[in-house]
Amino acid sequence: MATDTPAADTHRAIDAVWRIEQAKLIAGLARMVRDVALAEELAQDALVAALEQWPASGIPEKPGAWLMTTAKRRAIDRLRRHKLTERKHAEIGRDLDSEQESALAHIDDALDDDIGDDLLRLMFTACHPVLSTEARVALTLRLIGGLTTDEIARAFLAPEPTIAQRLVRAKRTLTEQRVAFEVPRGADRGERLSSVLEVLYLVFNEGYTATAGDDWMRPQLCQEALRLGRILAGLASNEPEVHGLVALMEIQASRFAARTSPSGEPVLLLDQNRARWDQLLIRRGLAALEQAEAQARAQNRPQGSYALQAAIAACHARARRAEETDWLRIVGHYGALAELAPSPIVDLNRAVALSFAFGPEAGLTLVDAIGAEPALKNYHLLPGVRGDLLVKLGRHREARAEFERAASLTRNERERALLLKRAAECDAAASAAP
Amino acid sequence: MRILGLMRADAASEAGAPPSPELMERMGVFIGEVMQAGVLLATDGLHPSARGKRVKVAKGKTTVTDGPFTESKELVASYALFQVKDMDEAVMWTKRFLECVGEGECELRPIFDPTDFAPGVLPAEQVEREQAWRKEMDERLAKS
Repeated sequence: MATDTPAADTHRAIDAVWRIEQAKLIAGLARMVRDVALAEELAQDALVAALEQWPASGIPEKPGAWLMTTAKRRAIDRLRRHKLTERKHAEIGRDLDSEQESALAHIDDALDDDIGDDLLRLMFTACHPVLSTEARVALTLRLIGGLTTDEIARAFLAPEPTIAQRLVRAKRTLTEQRVAFEVPRGADRGERLSSVLEVLYLVFNEGYTATAGDDWMRPQLCQEALRLGRILAGLASNEPEVHGLVALMEIQASRFAARTSPSGEPVLLLDQNRARWDQLLIRRGLAALEQAEAQARAQNRPQGSYALQAAIAACHARARRAEETDWLRIVGHYGALAELAPSPIVDLNRAVALSFAFGPEAGLTLVDAIGAEPALKNYHLLPGVRGDLLVKLGRHREARAEFERAASLTRNERERALLLKRAAECDAAASAAP
Repeated sequence: MRILGLMRADAASEAGAPPSPELMERMGVFIGEVMQAGVLLATDGLHPSARGKRVKVAKGKTTVTDGPFTESKELVASYALFQVKDMDEAVMWTKRFLECVGEGECELRPIFDPTDFAPGVLPAEQVEREQAWRKEMDERLAKS
């Protein structure tokens, strides 16, 4: 921009380089020093050096390589210094440790030739189960997403010092627990991958629930989760569930513009203006879903829960009008999902899908079966759905009681008002009926 | 934000000459990197303008002109659709792309986003008009 000074230009260019390079930089350094906190510090040192030198020298031709070389040099300096002091204290123990570590590193390198990616290791480490979920989320956004502490704080509506502390503690935990910087294999792998996917989906949903008037950083979380998901899909392309999650996020993100009315009220899926759905994201989502299904088939594995949820989202995405929705297929997907991960929410959604596919009576049968479960007696979504189905069957008096019950169970004011309004409508319909 | 990168045509792209195998190889590596970074939503190359057409409506009169078109500075050879944090990031990726190609020129244009039309930004009647239009489009789509 013509109004910018050359120095400001360089600073903005450095910001852009940093955004592109920092995750790879931290990941590469972490493999070298086997410590995420130290790796991040070294990467920051390299950034400071760039900020000092590049305005005068210009941006080097390969900025990523320059940052890595600078950081590595500092790493070696530090390790040497560290070794000198350590020697004085616990010479033998430490030497053994580092010997074991370097031996392990070699084994790792040999094993990891097929994956061979530091970034993937960094993702698994940031989402390690020794950390709380909140810590995993913050660390992932910081180390791989490259978000600043301030940005994370704004996105999660938390004070900045809280996030700063969370990050420091998380990194300390990784160091203290000597969490290995590796891509897990064998029995561990599935669970560890689930943790990574869970973190990405949490970030996505946090952004998805953002409302107008929120800090602009909140909806930005959706983009961030999608970006990280796409990166992960490139790194672990043989994992069906990674593609499943990406498909789910792409398709959900395609509805972003349609899911709120011009006045900011939420619009339900079936009432959304489908012309506003983002067809590019839908295409990407459908392609990712195909990948998920192809990988699962090739490995003789059943569809995972993200792929199944994406398949349901895809049924909606393919229908140009709500009436064209393939409810039968959706019923099948919910059935598979219920088997894989039984939950009342899944059952309830299946009941709704059943009612669209075979009529309200079929849905009601399943809802009543769910309601028979004593643990779900006070499950607030249940009477709402039941009321809805009863209205469709013309049983307004019973429906009214259900809506009133639902209203008494919900804690959300807006929802309560809506439910009471529907109860009143049932009254009117009941008295109008002969 | 979404940014559309438009690569300007040159004599070679207008001649329809396929890129050399070395260039294809370098481009492949680059595109892999951008894909892997999760920032490239879509990209394609365009046929030379000789295979294109221009459609113009002025004062109620429609003119369709066959390619090729001569003013190559205004022609596009390929496009890339980026999802990036800001324009600076798109500039950095484009710089890398051009370095990989050797030389060339790209134009970067931010794409309007739904949030550019956040509630309250547009006058209510315009929102209504847009909605009526969308609805009509929907109905036409449904009939087709």
